[in-house]
Amino acid sequence: MSGTFVGMPAFPKAAHDAVHNATLRANLRHATTTIRRKRADAVAELSDWAALREAGKQIKDHTLRNLDRYLEQLESAVTAAGGTVHWAADADEANRIVTGLVKATGEKEVVKVKSMATQEIGLNEALEAAGIRAYETDLAELIVQLGDDRPSHILVPAIHRNRGEIRDIFRSEMMRWGRPAPDGLTDTPAELAEAARLHLREKFLRAKVGVSGANFMVAETGTLVVVESEGNGRMCLTLPETLISVVGIEKTVPTWRDMEVFLQTLPRSSTAERMNPYTSMWTGTTDGDGPRAFHLVLLDNGRTDTLADAVGRQALRCIRCSACLNVCPVYERAGGHAYGSVYPGPIGAILSPQLRGTGSDIDASLPYASTLCGACYEVCPVAIDIPEVLVHLRERVAQGGPVTRAGTKVVLKPARGHAAERAAMRAARWALTHPGAVRAGQRLAARTRRFHPSRLPGPGKAWTATRELPTVPRESFGAWWKRTDGGTRDGKGGSR
Amino acid sequence: MSSRDLILGRVRHALADLAADPAPYAQAVERTYLREHGERTVEQTVALLAENLADYRAVVHRCTGRQMAGTLARLLSARGARTVLVPAGLPSDWLTDVTADRVPDSLLSTAYDLDRADSVITGCAVAVAETGTIVLDGGPDQGRRRITLVPDHHICVVRVPGQVVSSVPQALERLDPARPLTWISGPSATSDIELDRVEGVHGPRNLEVLLVDGQPAATDES
Repeated sequence: MSGTFVGMPAFPKAAHDAVHNATLRANLRHATTTIRRKRADAVAELSDWAALREAGKQIKDHTLRNLDRYLEQLESAVTAAGGTVHWAADADEANRIVTGLVKATGEKEVVKVKSMATQEIGLNEALEAAGIRAYETDLAELIVQLGDDRPSHILVPAIHRNRGEIRDIFRSEMMRWGRPAPDGLTDTPAELAEAARLHLREKFLRAKVGVSGANFMVAETGTLVVVESEGNGRMCLTLPETLISVVGIEKTVPTWRDMEVFLQTLPRSSTAERMNPYTSMWTGTTDGDGPRAFHLVLLDNGRTDTLADAVGRQALRCIRCSACLNVCPVYERAGGHAYGSVYPGPIGAILSPQLRGTGSDIDASLPYASTLCGACYEVCPVAIDIPEVLVHLRERVAQGGPVTRAGTKVVLKPARGHAAERAAMRAARWALTHPGAVRAGQRLAARTRRFHPSRLPGPGKAWTATRELPTVPRESFGAWWKRTDGGTRDGKGGSR
Repeated sequence: MSSRDLILGRVRHALADLAADPAPYAQAVERTYLREHGERTVEQTVALLAENLADYRAVVHRCTGRQMAGTLARLLSARGARTVLVPAGLPSDWLTDVTADRVPDSLLSTAYDLDRADSVITGCAVAVAETGTIVLDGGPDQGRRRITLVPDHHICVVRVPGQVVSSVPQALERLDPARPLTWISGPSATSDIELDRVEGVHGPRNLEVLLVDGQPAATDES
């Protein structure tokens, strides 16, 4: 499995390559425009959408602000209901815990519900290294797994594949993982879904260990919630004897009642449905129904570092609905892979560099993977101001400054590649504090305007490759104001 | 230091810039959203449930309590079901006309056993009109979660109007989070292939909902 993102090129390079892939662009355009329209209809059905959105935001903010208290409450509630709670500070620790739990059962395979958290920590690879095979059971994840591919969307990870590509993957790869694809498989979605059903059913029925994430954890009751469509989630959550759930600490909500907000906003924002086909809720273990053992692994892995950033912490409100991906003009053209992270799109552009830090080229480039058009903020059901965080992270990348990494305050150095930007900013600061120099410069620029090139040389070349260089006016605004006394004396001889 | 203490310590450290939040949680969140959307009579709410269930490709039937046993038998035979799974606490008079072999849900039955059953019949805990959702809570007439999952055909009986609520907030009020809960809105579906909706992947591909007015012939309210 090449599920890792190590060595991914920075966003501009990856996006540059992706936009030249006509199939990818067609697949994405079709998918995102469809879902955008449907989502708008689903949201319009609820006249109180703005109030639901505000409540969701407040619930999440309150939880984050008191996260230590709610995590302790959650732990006691889960434990009281028969579950076992484990704490994992980073990906390695989470993988060690899960691998150890699976080994203790003596099993060599697990069935998995689609989970962003387990992708984030690379659990499948860790299990494989320990001789345990992890079967992805969500149809899209299956397509990704069989195709030795990477997910490109939070909700529909195989959104970059069309039906023909999926048929080819099923035909050539299913046999390597179990039941082969039926003879004469065509590319109709119904037949492809049927092939996946047959392929996975044998795995569900014999599975002894299930691995999941969760959409929500209710601190008050210890209840975990998984929303899904296909029933593969229900299979993994209820048929095995042991269930292991790996969940980011930010998925906590305080009370049972809070689910009334998110069960209304999440399905409509993500799949544009009034309600997703299946929602499973479980509290610890239940005698005679479902797994006999339940383990909850609470995952930090950069979340507390994100929490330490006063501007960036709002990214932890995210409920992974993916509405921001579907409206983003950059995502629509570049595709999810270009973001080099399991969290693509606008939310990925602010979440990944916070969870992982901005040390790598790809993470340092992600805050720039946006036009700042604001569509992502408009659709976000928990009102994350993604553009605000993007700008904040750009500043951090360009200027450096204090951040928290692994719980410790460190001072970041400015990232490489922003020297020209910093030099320009330093020059601007000097000039703006020296008004005489500005005036002299403006006069000089106005007099030499005939000789200005339309393209910049040197480091500015890339900028003018796609933009017009603005023309310099004949006279500066300040000079015009002085000459005409604010336009009262002589309206003629204007600024151009 | 344990990872638990490490993480909780990091959380507290991260929040050091914020003042303590003294307000009780009940006042911390403005809940100005609606308890239900629109004004409807009881009958309109039931009609909305039927409409929204059907919109997501559940097959909806309505009958009176008296017609119930006959209707269930007819739905099973229409599908050619030879075996039907039944939860331990399903009222026996629901099945008086059923000719298919009844397979009682048992702790001993394996997933493979369940896979051989053609159909399953259950009641429900509550149904949500605005979203077209039925919720099972493992009550005696619903059985364990797995029995409504593995067979390909699920018939769910909803008593109307008693078990119907308008909205998600109203449904949550009626449910006990300590029980395992399964919310079902239409049959199993996927949109993973070009966002085309396809019914039936891993869960039951056929969901029939029987809305029953009033009590069965021989009253057996559970």
